[in-house]
Amino acid sequence: MTVFVTRVDHAEAASKFIEAKDHADFHDKRLWDLRKKRDRETEAMPEWEELRALASAIKEHTLTHLGDYLEEFERNATKNGATVHWARDAAEHNAIVFGIMESKGARTLVKSKSMLTDECDMRPFLETRGIKVIETDLGERIQQLDNEPPSHIVVPAVHKLRTDVAEVFGRTLGTDPANSDVHYLAESQRQTTRPHFLAAEAGMTGANFAIAETGSVVVCTNEGNADLSVNLPPLYIASIGIEKVIPRVEHLGVFVRMLSRSALGSPITQLTSHFRAPRPGTEMHIVLVDNGRAERLGMADFWYSLKCIRCGACMNTCPVYRRSGGLSYGATYSGPIGVIIDPTFNLRKYSALPFASTLNGSCTSVCPVKINIHEQIYKWRQIIAERHALPFVKKEAMTIAGKLLSSPKLYRAAVEAAGAGVEHLPRIMMYNRLNAWGRQREVPAAPLMTFRQWYLENRGRP
Amino acid sequence: MSTRDDILARIRKSQPAPSPLPDVPMFDAGATPSLDAFKAGVERMGGKVVAIPGDGSVDALVRTLFPAAKVICSAVSEVHGNRPLADVRTPAALDDVDVGVVRAEFGVAETGSVLLTEDNFKVNALGFLAQHLVVLLDPARIVTNMHRAYQNPLLRTARYAVFMTGPSATADIEGVLIHGAQGIRSLTVILVAAGVTDAR
Repeated sequence: MTVFVTRVDHAEAASKFIEAKDHADFHDKRLWDLRKKRDRETEAMPEWEELRALASAIKEHTLTHLGDYLEEFERNATKNGATVHWARDAAEHNAIVFGIMESKGARTLVKSKSMLTDECDMRPFLETRGIKVIETDLGERIQQLDNEPPSHIVVPAVHKLRTDVAEVFGRTLGTDPANSDVHYLAESQRQTTRPHFLAAEAGMTGANFAIAETGSVVVCTNEGNADLSVNLPPLYIASIGIEKVIPRVEHLGVFVRMLSRSALGSPITQLTSHFRAPRPGTEMHIVLVDNGRAERLGMADFWYSLKCIRCGACMNTCPVYRRSGGLSYGATYSGPIGVIIDPTFNLRKYSALPFASTLNGSCTSVCPVKINIHEQIYKWRQIIAERHALPFVKKEAMTIAGKLLSSPKLYRAAVEAAGAGVEHLPRIMMYNRLNAWGRQREVPAAPLMTFRQWYLENRGRP
Repeated sequence: MSTRDDILARIRKSQPAPSPLPDVPMFDAGATPSLDAFKAGVERMGGKVVAIPGDGSVDALVRTLFPAAKVICSAVSEVHGNRPLADVRTPAALDDVDVGVVRAEFGVAETGSVLLTEDNFKVNALGFLAQHLVVLLDPARIVTNMHRAYQNPLLRTARYAVFMTGPSATADIEGVLIHGAQGIRSLTVILVAAGVTDAR
């Protein structure tokens, strides 16, 4: 049976993003600023590269013993008084969360940011069943109120300007839509979210790490919303991807030192919270979610992507991400890490994403757990090409390029002709819909001679 | 087969060849825990560090620091406050607290973090519902870095433990830094050894 799935057209979506020049320019600048802050932190740490090697090795060890560590985590969490649930996929995860809520008669859920619950599309599932779900992270709340998914895994509303937020809050929270003062907007969200914290019947977090040795759930945040979500209601639910487990508490030293430095360029998040056991008189539930991860673990070229600690450094450094915005990827995970994860969920739907990259390798060099992101992007391109999943224009361009590159004579003729061509061709020949490289770019002036011409003239015949 | 067993079976089938677990060094050879580094860390993350006053009264110091505070809720014997934690029935009852006062277990020089557990808060929500938080810290209890911090047994035994570094913060709108996101608006660390009046 063939199910027709629409392919996400990243280039088309990106072109719309770029049309709003103020937004595109700010987005680019803001994320590059995060990248520079990251550099300042990492360059000040002599052991940075050693930490990267350790982080990568700890993750690889854990993933190659994942079954054992998950069982150890389950054992210890259960001993602590938590209830551990297992979910094969998004549907099972959502049903489990709803079941827990229903068993306690809980109708309101305050939650901190979790990419996993976005991946599972949990909010609409619960909402149609009468549960009120409140996102409590400022960025995630903005996105919830605007009915949009997060565009970045760390800063969910980074594609919005303050005036956009003023419009959204004016429409949904009743604030003054003409007042785009950032302090006013943040304070408005604080004031309107607080009653939800106080009244919530359940709280939820994701997890940055799950410790096998202690059964603890570790959450790294800045706003205080995760700690409020857990420490007020009588019911706490943590949704955790199975790849988040690490063996021992001491390993947090490595990851906590790297996470916020990579993400925001700060030495640590304002809060690094360790939830090991429920408060007396309350319940703690942990949902361990597979949703394609076990299958990814068996993919020889791609299982390394499971090392990801979701810092977003690869997104902040990626020139394509910075200039196209997270929403243009049409997937829960965007940017370089999304490009290599998304096709494992749905190869056809996300087959254009591995082409949203210049393969410059910057993502790989900033990755704190040393995922070979750009190599995986290249491998996805091969798989997509082999399965004939390339869009027509790209396929034609690649076929022609392939012929040229495999024949020295044709290549030389083409390069020389192109040099002349750029000078003399009418613009329509360079900047048309078939040539993606002509969009948003001016081709630089061609050099006076090709390298081969220069070599022959200056060094004689090879 | 249960979902659990199915997932575990598929994981074990997929697991790549085993790779070894490395030893993690402490990365602090020759370093001594620096109070100056700790102070700089707290300030960088938006907090304040205050020394013990001449007369030794932390209670008076808190009142001086927050003259407008109506509700002070203290989990330490050095500060009296006017909202006894023993009377708090639900965490939400701390909603109107202006200033919370707690004692930290230790500080981390590398980051300016303090470790707080459920024993320190007595009611965990105190550290998040209060508008402002005052943290007492014994200056002798500072460790070098996060590797050293995670050696503390409390990270294994506490039901709830949090490294708090500065007040709650957000930069989710245009990167503009705001202190006082959902939690405390300010964090003040008072350097003071556990006094004789401290019942704990």
